[in-house]
Amino acid sequence: MATYELTINGKQYQVDAEEDMPLLWVLRDLLDMKGTKFGCGQALCGACTVMLGDSAVRSCTLPVSAVGSGAVTTIEGLSENGDHPLQKAWIEHIVPQCGYCQSGQIMNAAALLKNNPTPSEDEIDQAMAGNLCRCGTYNRIKEAIFTAAT
Amino acid sequence: MIPSFPFLKKKSLDHAGNVFLPSRRDFLKIGSLAGGGLLLGVSFQCTTKAQSQAFVPNVYLSISPDNTVTIIAHRSEMGQGIRTSLPMIVADEMGADWSQVRIVQAEGDESKYGNQNTDGSFSVRMFYEPMRKAGATARHLLIKAAAQEWGVDAAACVAENSTVIHSESGRSLTFGALANAAQQLELPDQDTLELKEFSSYKLIGKDTPIIDLKDFVTGKAVFGADVNLPGMKIAVIQRTPVVGATITEYDASEALAIPGVLQVVKISGSGNPPGLTKPLEGLAVIADNTWAAIKGRKALQITWDLGDNASYDSKAQLETMKQSTLEDGMIRRERGDFNQAKQGAAQVIERTYEAPFYAHGTIEPPAAIAQFVEGKMEIWAPTQHPQWARDSVAEACSLSADDVRVNVTLLGGAFGRKSKPDYVVEAAMLAKETGLPIRVQWTREDDLHHDFFHSHSMQRIRATIDADKNLTGWNHHTVFPAIGATSDANELHPSDGELGLGCIDFPYEVPHIRIETHESKAHTRIGWMRSVSNIHHAFAICSMMDEVAEAVGKDPVQFALDMLADDKALDFDGEIKGEFGNYGESLEDYPWETTRLKNVIRRVAQESGWGKSLPSGTAMGFAVHKSFLTYVACVVELMRDDSGEITIPVVHYAVDCGIAVNTDRVRSQFEGGAIFGTSIANTSAITLKDGKVEQNNFDGYQLVRMPQSPKKIHVHIIESNRKPTGVGEPPVPPLAPALANAYYKLTGSRVYALPFKL
Repeated sequence: MATYELTINGKQYQVDAEEDMPLLWVLRDLLDMKGTKFGCGQALCGACTVMLGDSAVRSCTLPVSAVGSGAVTTIEGLSENGDHPLQKAWIEHIVPQCGYCQSGQIMNAAALLKNNPTPSEDEIDQAMAGNLCRCGTYNRIKEAIFTAAT
Repeated sequence: MIPSFPFLKKKSLDHAGNVFLPSRRDFLKIGSLAGGGLLLGVSFQCTTKAQSQAFVPNVYLSISPDNTVTIIAHRSEMGQGIRTSLPMIVADEMGADWSQVRIVQAEGDESKYGNQNTDGSFSVRMFYEPMRKAGATARHLLIKAAAQEWGVDAAACVAENSTVIHSESGRSLTFGALANAAQQLELPDQDTLELKEFSSYKLIGKDTPIIDLKDFVTGKAVFGADVNLPGMKIAVIQRTPVVGATITEYDASEALAIPGVLQVVKISGSGNPPGLTKPLEGLAVIADNTWAAIKGRKALQITWDLGDNASYDSKAQLETMKQSTLEDGMIRRERGDFNQAKQGAAQVIERTYEAPFYAHGTIEPPAAIAQFVEGKMEIWAPTQHPQWARDSVAEACSLSADDVRVNVTLLGGAFGRKSKPDYVVEAAMLAKETGLPIRVQWTREDDLHHDFFHSHSMQRIRATIDADKNLTGWNHHTVFPAIGATSDANELHPSDGELGLGCIDFPYEVPHIRIETHESKAHTRIGWMRSVSNIHHAFAICSMMDEVAEAVGKDPVQFALDMLADDKALDFDGEIKGEFGNYGESLEDYPWETTRLKNVIRRVAQESGWGKSLPSGTAMGFAVHKSFLTYVACVVELMRDDSGEITIPVVHYAVDCGIAVNTDRVRSQFEGGAIFGTSIANTSAITLKDGKVEQNNFDGYQLVRMPQSPKKIHVHIIESNRKPTGVGEPPVPPLAPALANAYYKLTGSRVYALPFKL
C-alpha cells in the first residue's frame, strides 16, 4: 500500500492504494467516479478509456503507480457543462443506445481530435478500432466525430 | 411441447391498459404527492394473474401542481430506447410538454406492473394501446376540469404543451393548475375513450431523442455496478469451470492474505442440469475493492470434481449432430410427401449449415448489488426481468417475495443475457450470508465462460427441383441443444417455441415440405440471444433459397417473390405437428401476411438498386426473414480492394414493423442489428473443450470493430398504420445470410458454416 498524488479533472487527489491497482478501480472504487466503465480488464474493449495528458489510455491496465504526475481527464471532467464539441455532436446524432461504452468512446475521440483535429474516415476507423460497442453505434460515432471536427 | 422459457409465454394482457384513479386510501399506501396533484394508475394485469393475485394499485402517471408530469418506465432500458418510447406515447396522447416530463424507473413488482420481462421485442407491441389510453384519460380529465372551471364546452378545448386552451375565449390553464380539480372528476369510459388521430402526434412517428442522452455523454447514467452503498464490499467469484462441477476441497489462505480481502464464501451450485435461475457452484472472494477481490480470486486453490461434462467437446458434438441429420428425425411439419418430390426430382440440392455457440458479450459484464437488513433484501441490478430476479432471490434466500425489492438500473447491453437472474441471486446469497452490502462483479472472463449461450446448431436442407426448374420439395432437418435442456435434461429436441422462430413457418409455396428435428444434449448453459433460433434458421433457409434460385436460373429476389406466390395469410393449416406460437399472439390478431413480406422485398430491391450492374470487385447479397411479427428484407454489398481485402460498404434494410413509434430508435436498432449480425457472421464463436469454454476475453471472442463494420446502413421503414411490432431482434437474422450470399457472388464460394472470415 502506498500513497499516490493524482491530478484528475484539474483537481488534486491523494489515494492510498496497492501499487498494481489499475487506475480504473482507483477512479471507480476509491474515488467513486463511476463515469469510467469496466468492460474487459485487458485493454481490449476501450470502455475504461481516459486521457492521460493528451493521450487516450486504457485505465483498466494502467497501474496507479504508473500514472505519475500526468493530468488525468475522465468523462466527468471533459467539460464543465457537458458541452464539449464531441458531447454536443453525440447528442445531435443521438449516438448512444445502451450508453455503457460511450464514456470510453467519447474520451478516445477527444484524444483523437486533440492530436488530429480533422481526421479522415480511415484515421477515425483506425483510432476508434480499440473501442467496442456491442449495440453497434459505430456509424453514428463516426458522424459525430466528423461533426465535432468541423 | 410447451416452450419452457419465459420470453414466448402468452403475454396478451386482455385487460391491460385500464386506467384507474387511486382511492384516497391508495394515495396513502402509494405515498402520494405531498402537494396534491393528479395521480393515475394503469392496470397491467393479465387476466389469469389478476384472478390469482391481489391487485396492488400503482401510480403510473402523475401531474404535480408545479406542472411536472411524471411517468413510470416499467420496462428495462438496455439500449432499445424503451424508457423514451413508452412514456412519449403517453405524453403525446395527453398533450404534455415533453421537456417537462420526468421518467421514473419502476421497481420489479408483478402485482403492480404486470409482467415486466423485457425481451422478445414486445414492449411497444404490447403497450402502445395501453399507453395511449392512459394519456387520453389524463387529457380527458384535464380538459374537463378546465371546461368546468370556465363554464365552457369541453369539446371546444384542446390540450397541448401541458396547457389546456380554450381558443374562443383565449383562456388557458396549465396541467399543473388543473391537476387537483382533475383528480376529483370521474374517469371517462375506457371503451369509448377518444384517441388522437395519428397525424396529430408530435412525438409518435417522429425522431424523438432518448431521454438519457445527456447523462450518457456526461458519464452520469447509472448502470448496475455504478450503485454505491455505504460499507459495500465487492465479491468476485471463481465459478465452476465445467457446468455441473462441484468443489471437493479448497484452500483460501493465500487469498485471505491479500490486502483488502475479507472473507471467502462458498456458493453451493445448482448441479446438473444447471437451470436458468441458479448460480453455478463457486467460491466468492469478498474484499474492500474490486481489484483486491480479483487478486484474491487468482490466489484461491480449488480442487473440483468436474462431473459429467468434463469430457465435453463442442466440435465433436457438432459432428455427431451432423451425422444425426442423415437419419429420419421427429417430424414437426409436413405438407405433401417429400419422398414423392425426391423421387420425381431432376436435381436434389443437399447442404448442411453449421453455426457455433455465441456469447452475448454485453460490454457491461453482469453485476448486482444486494443489501440484507432486518429480514428485507434490497437489490439493484441491470436486469431485463426484475420479477424473475425477485422470485429467484426469494427462493434461494428462503424469503417471501414481499421481502425482496428489486431496483432496476440501466442495462449496459443485455440481448437476453440479463433476463437470467443468476448473478442477482449470487449477490443476494452473499449479502444474506455475510450481512454486508455486496456488489457481485463479473469480469469479462466470467461473462464469456459462464454465459447462457446461444446454442450451436447443425441443419441439413434438401431441396428438390423438377425438370421444369420448379422447387418441389423442402426437407429441413434442424438439431441444436434446446434452451429447455438447461432446466430439464430430458428435453432433447428443439421445442415448438424454438422452431416457431423462423423454421416451422417457412412461408414459401412449395408443394412438399417436411421439417424434422433430432436429439442433442446440453452440456453447457443454453439461453436466448437477440432473435434466438431465428439466427441459425434464417442463415440456413436464406442461404439455401439463394442457392436454389441460382439452380433454377432465377434472380434470388424474383425467386423469393415468386415463391411467396399470391397475397394471403398463412395458417399452416394442419401441417405443424405441435403449437405454432406466433410470438405469443394469435394469427387473427397478427396474421402472417405474404403481402407484407413481398412489400419489404420489393422495397429493399428498389432502394439498394438491386439488379443494376456493379463495378468489378463488388457484389450484393439478399435475404428476407420475418421474426417477432416484423417483416424484414436485407441487401448487403461487399467490396474487394486491390489488396484482396473485403469490406462492407453498404447494408440496406426494408422493414415493416407496423406503426414506427420512435423512428430514430427503429433505425438505430437496425443499424446496431446489422453490426450485431456482422459479428455473428464473421467474427464470433464460442467453443468448449474438456467441458470448458476456450475463449477468455475479447481477443478470443471477437466482436466487430469500427473498421470491419458496414460503412453505411440504410433503414427504409414502410409507412404503415398497422399495429406496431418490435424492432430489437428482427434486424439480426437476415444479415448473416445476406452477407454470405454476397460473399458467394464476390468469391464463388458458398458459406456453410458460421463464422466465416471476410
